[in-house]
Amino acid sequence: MPAIEVESLYKVFGKGAKSAVAQLKAGVPKEELNARNVTAAVVDHGWAIEPGEIFVVMGLSGSGKSTLIRMLNGLIKPTSGTIRIDGVELGSLSARELRRLRREKISMVFQHFALLPHRTVVENVAFGLEIKGLNKTERLERAREAVELVGLAGHEDKLPAQLSGGMKQRVGLARALAADTEILLMDEAFSALDPLIRQEMQDQLLDLQGKLGKTIVFITHDLNEAMRIGDRIAICDGEVKQLGTAEEILMHPADEYVAEFTADVDRTRVLTAEAVMEPCGTRDTSAFTTVESGVPVNELYEPVLNSKAPLLVVDDNADPLGVVTPRSIIKSLAPDPEAVGDTEQEAQPA
Amino acid sequence: MIEYLRNWLWTYIWKPLPDMPFGDWMETFIRWARDAWAAGFDAVDAGLEFLYTHLADGLLWLPSGVMVLLFAAAAWAAKGWKLGAGIGLGMFVVAWTPYWEQTMQTLSMVLVAAVIAIVLAIPLGIAAAENRTFSAIARPVLDFMQTLPAFVYLIPVVMLFSVGVVPGIIATIIFAMPPGVRLTELGLRQVDREVVEAGQAFGASPARILVRIKLPLALPTIMAGLNQVIMLALSMVVIAGLVGGGGLGAVISGSLGRLDIAAGFNAGLAVVLLAILLDRVTQGLSDRTPVARAARLAAR
Repeated sequence: MPAIEVESLYKVFGKGAKSAVAQLKAGVPKEELNARNVTAAVVDHGWAIEPGEIFVVMGLSGSGKSTLIRMLNGLIKPTSGTIRIDGVELGSLSARELRRLRREKISMVFQHFALLPHRTVVENVAFGLEIKGLNKTERLERAREAVELVGLAGHEDKLPAQLSGGMKQRVGLARALAADTEILLMDEAFSALDPLIRQEMQDQLLDLQGKLGKTIVFITHDLNEAMRIGDRIAICDGEVKQLGTAEEILMHPADEYVAEFTADVDRTRVLTAEAVMEPCGTRDTSAFTTVESGVPVNELYEPVLNSKAPLLVVDDNADPLGVVTPRSIIKSLAPDPEAVGDTEQEAQPA
Repeated sequence: MIEYLRNWLWTYIWKPLPDMPFGDWMETFIRWARDAWAAGFDAVDAGLEFLYTHLADGLLWLPSGVMVLLFAAAAWAAKGWKLGAGIGLGMFVVAWTPYWEQTMQTLSMVLVAAVIAIVLAIPLGIAAAENRTFSAIARPVLDFMQTLPAFVYLIPVVMLFSVGVVPGIIATIIFAMPPGVRLTELGLRQVDREVVEAGQAFGASPARILVRIKLPLALPTIMAGLNQVIMLALSMVVIAGLVGGGGLGAVISGSLGRLDIAAGFNAGLAVVLLAILLDRVTQGLSDRTPVARAARLAAR
């Protein structure tokens, strides 16, 4: 069963939202509705997230991604459509049941951290447990574990004002982890941080995810970030423009809108040897330098230049999958790899 | 039809406007209320009288010199030794005037009125912050309460409660309450939306969000409202001397009648020093709220 499943989900702000949805369903473009002071934030979303997946929703500001994430834990009611968390439909829950669901199943990390300024780090981290009704010693103990998990040991008794931005967001992350929910919603969680700190936090998140295996919905406006951490990415502008893995989106952008985003992405970090390799005939692996299929392109430059023969790409069982040549790498970096011909160039001036 | 319209315009727009008897209506209402709710007014009267006399007796139980030291200690505890020393000096000056007793009476009236005003104001402020309709209705009522000239309150209040300390306290409660309501509402509305959202996202109930998140974060602003309530209460309590409110107000209105500069100055000095005491102590307390401390830490 999917951890989160949404079906023909719509959210429209403004007067006459219901009729606006009917019009959207009939095919009226959402730009036309804007002229009537009705804003279609989320249009016809339908997807499912499996347990343990990092699902990234990427879009510009105003693309409805914050609205979307707030619908997933019921902070905002959809105009129409259904959301199921572990098979339970949110619309069928009373306010009390919804609060219970949030306490037990979903926690959230906020863009501007949303910490209580007058509480220490552990007290902030213990907030979710306090709401769950744990007694003080137990919740502080579990909060300390979470603080340690995010690497803030030694800062337990500081106030948020004494921490840097990255550390504050670690507190936000620890608060969500301490609540011990299966689902983690992260609303532009790293967007307010400096680029270096942001990368550090992304690494830490991936590292933690390796240990904890949460279901994570991550909102961002940065496609590089999305590609770095997302198992799958949904590119949104009201409606979902494209949903797929980082490679699928990079190699086959669905339309102009998506292609414009992917133009700015550092492909060499996203594309792997497997994605850029060309077919090969041989089954003999002994004569070649080998690379594993998951290695990103930016780590192939040296081996491919240092080896006279092409690099052999192998899978986990050391079985050959294909070969990588300097040409295949350059081809993969072209804006439109499909347009590159298959023939080898003659090594002579034209 | 046209005829009717012309007559109407003539009567209400063109001619010098007729006098509407707003005042008479109010008077009728007050007289009616006095008879209809006499038991209620008597109970309020007795209750306030009780609170006031016991508090005043308590403040006057110890000799003035000891009380001065207690005030200084309270100021020290609220802020620090500098304020403690300053307040101690100020209260010594008050004790040296002939009006220590009246000063303690005035302080008692202020405290009784301010506590009741705050107890009423905070729930009203919470209601106004949570409910837009209530806020929209409360705002003009608060404007009315705050801007109606202070003397005007005294007339109906005296009619309902006869002369004495109680009408002064009642008028003071009404006059001093509005900033308590307003600043409670403001403080709650200013709480960071994302932090409230965090409370909701972790499944906290609205009551819990109010108590654990909104009120602590709004506390510095609420304390500023409390400070204003107390200062307004002091100014009104002095005016209440006109209707037999006792304390420094009685001295001041008496010296006004006799053009007694010396008595007026002594009493005025005591009012000023009392105001400084109340203001600095409440400000000191508001600086000690956890959120205010955290904010100072952030500014460093």
